[in-house]
Amino acid sequence: MTRTHGAGGTTDRNTVSYVYAVCRAGGAPEVPDVRGVDGAPLRLVTQGSLAAVTASLPADEFGAGGLEEWLKDLDQLERLARSHNEVVDALHARTTVLPMRLATVYLDDARLSRVLRERAEGFGQLLDRLDGQVEMGVKVYATPAARTPAATSARGAEPQDTAEGESPGRAYLRRRQAHRRHSRDVHRTAGEVAARLPRTAAPLVRARAVHRPQQGELAPRIGENVANEAYLVARSDVMGFRGTLEGMADGAPGVHVEVTGPWAPYSFADGTSADGGATQGAPDD
Amino acid sequence: MSDSIARRAGGPSGMGVPYGTGQGTSANLADILERVLDRGIVIAGDIQINLLDIELLTIKLRLLVASVDKAREMGIDWWEHDPSLSSRARDDAPGRQMAAGPSGAGSGPPVEKGAQDAEVARLRAEVAELRAAAGLPEGASTRSARRPPESRPSGTRPRKPRPVSKDASGASEPSRPARRHRGDDRDNEDEG
Repeated sequence: MTRTHGAGGTTDRNTVSYVYAVCRAGGAPEVPDVRGVDGAPLRLVTQGSLAAVTASLPADEFGAGGLEEWLKDLDQLERLARSHNEVVDALHARTTVLPMRLATVYLDDARLSRVLRERAEGFGQLLDRLDGQVEMGVKVYATPAARTPAATSARGAEPQDTAEGESPGRAYLRRRQAHRRHSRDVHRTAGEVAARLPRTAAPLVRARAVHRPQQGELAPRIGENVANEAYLVARSDVMGFRGTLEGMADGAPGVHVEVTGPWAPYSFADGTSADGGATQGAPDD
Repeated sequence: MSDSIARRAGGPSGMGVPYGTGQGTSANLADILERVLDRGIVIAGDIQINLLDIELLTIKLRLLVASVDKAREMGIDWWEHDPSLSSRARDDAPGRQMAAGPSGAGSGPPVEKGAQDAEVARLRAEVAELRAAAGLPEGASTRSARRPPESRPSGTRPRKPRPVSKDASGASEPSRPARRHRGDDRDNEDEG
């Protein structure tokens, strides 16, 4: 828990300053008692009304060349990403933060201070906007029922399903079509739930961000993610938000709404999306 | 103040963990990476890590996630269109460079960053190999919609099923429905 105040606290050439987040210097934000990436202790670099939470990391590991190694291996990347998020998260529990992207590294604290000084106004506005807010993730999944045997094998599938005088081929096609119809219905329902998200959330949220649906190996395997959104929610509304949104898929078999969070406001910390929240809130179909 | 907030936010109906430690330890990796890698403030500092290495990472991640073609078709390219993260997005030819394949690795890699670009080229070649091995068309990656993540498909996205066989590989099965994007805009495409 060392602290470096002002621009003078530079580090030597063997280390770089890895930045986790920016917050207000006023009100003496505590450095959370968590270790960051690589176990390095956190400290504050203050500049005017702003403070950056940073840690000194070895330059050979976290400089331009070394960090590459961290990013190339998924296990390493996961450790890095989780440590990063852990620090941001712990900070966010105490104060309003602007989370940095992963791997934001400065050569030393002086450079970091300079950036804080140069962007003080923008950072201040963002911090004002995010004050007391958290990010909640909402994902809608479509999970059609297990596939009918017909979908995987044309042969030997549910003979009782075959109508009188119907050829096996025709029966197969019919079952296949039924399966598709079911799957389509589930997806349509999920789409409808997704379309209702903004309106349902509107009374509880301050901004909305639409992200790409998650797919692939890293995504959870509970169905197809048809909507992946983030909302900026007042801390006091988190419970209400969760209850409201999670209940959206009640009575819709095969559709699942997952609410994650609270997160630090990653999706709303970028100045570019700062003003888009309200307008994005309009239903898009 | 922070304590009471922490308790409220953690909540019984939530993940059952105190706020402030929950997401860091229990959130799934996709969510973490999505946020930590793709969002938050970008401050172009005095180190270029944000650009080139993230690009390397994205290639690597695509390899991990699926075959590149499929990953892209499913929209795993959140990082790709952001000029602050991807130098490729900057040069406005995201699909083509990826599709250049082995020839791109040998003949015309960008040279400004030396060894790191060589690594990029190597990974690209690897990507092309994987694609070839999976029997996927080489130019397929150019189909990706170059749309910022914030914008919304809202039914306009051309997501017709591709002629690629569902059975081309065993791995394609769980992700098969992934081509579909929204339930309400593809009533007829699956019939017949």
